[in-house]
Amino acid sequence: MAKLFAGVGTSHVPGIGAAVDHKKTQEPYWKPLFDGYEPAREWMRREKPDVVIIVYNDHASAFSLELIPTFAMGVAGQFQPADEGYGPRQVPVVEGHPELAWHICESLIMDEFDMTMANEMPVDHGLTVPLSIMCGEPEAWPCKVIPLAVNVIQYPQPRGSRCYALGKAIRKAVESFDKDIKVAIWGTGGMSHQLQGERAGLVNEPFDTAFLNDLTADRQRLINIGHTEYMRESGSEGAELVMWLIMLGAMDEDAREIYRHYHVPASNTAAGLIILENG
Amino acid sequence: MRQDRDYSDIPGTYVFDPHHSMQGYELNMFCMSLNNPDNRDKFREDESAYLDGFPLTPEQRQAVLTRDWLALLRLGGNIYYTFKLAIFDRRSMQYVGAAMSGVTEQEFMDMMIAGGRPAEGNRYTSEVKSNG
Repeated sequence: MAKLFAGVGTSHVPGIGAAVDHKKTQEPYWKPLFDGYEPAREWMRREKPDVVIIVYNDHASAFSLELIPTFAMGVAGQFQPADEGYGPRQVPVVEGHPELAWHICESLIMDEFDMTMANEMPVDHGLTVPLSIMCGEPEAWPCKVIPLAVNVIQYPQPRGSRCYALGKAIRKAVESFDKDIKVAIWGTGGMSHQLQGERAGLVNEPFDTAFLNDLTADRQRLINIGHTEYMRESGSEGAELVMWLIMLGAMDEDAREIYRHYHVPASNTAAGLIILENG
Repeated sequence: MRQDRDYSDIPGTYVFDPHHSMQGYELNMFCMSLNNPDNRDKFREDESAYLDGFPLTPEQRQAVLTRDWLALLRLGGNIYYTFKLAIFDRRSMQYVGAAMSGVTEQEFMDMMIAGGRPAEGNRYTSEVKSNG
């Protein structure tokens, strides 16, 4: 049977992707951030997940205000990098896993999570930057990817408690899949940041540190954080952290922290990364 | 009604809630159209003529033409959409952040390198003197 063995939380700042694409990772501004990614890349090379479920948000690329699905899972065999206004990132095409993706959707819907299924879904920096962070610059991505797009742009975003429950249901779905494969789930976005308004540039390192700590120490506190607390404490875009709770829901209560990295700034954002493993 | 929202007292923050979304739909969809390279060429050729294709309010239209980044938010724009206009201008998010918070791009970048804008003193409108 399939095994969901690990979870990763990571920021998906577009500037990180641009630094990779424009060969700036060794410049003084970016080097401390990328140095901290190296142990995570080693972990990825060592653990070789067959499939990664990447929980991310679309930034007005595949979706717009025309259609705002709260949870949309990509069930296609391929996902093309999106044109976000600069032309698409020159990164490998993302290969999907339709069989597992459909299995998960079926299981989730029977468990009363009313998913949107997407066959055409270009993927933007929200999904490709985490791949660059964890995998560097390979010719082809080393794993299949199941994209799970979450609306965090249009208020109200799904609540943390709902995201956490969805993660639990994803774990159940994956582990009822009749193939011996290793599956990881990545929750992306955050950490504290605010892109908009007079308060742009907000960073709250104590909030972020407590969030990273409580992924293993006090998950109930994280599950209970509401929209207004996210916006007030971690910035209007910090509410992306609910996507980490989908990852957390798929992890054992006693999941172990394997690695973490935290750096300010990546463009306008506090960048965090954590790796958790199930027992 | 809007004053009753418990996030209304977060300073310098335009929550993209249903009210904003209704107000800004056409404006945001104009920004969205810039994802398409042909549309970018048309907009570059004649901004005003291109905007005629979108039923914007006069205020929204003016905010687009003058690149008034704060006004775009106040008129219903969402930052992920309005940033597409900044990308079109080859501007960075630091540039837009600086413009919205009334400092130079270099000052904004220096603030980020120094750890960003602290939450302390920026949680409630009542704490903030200089910002709206």
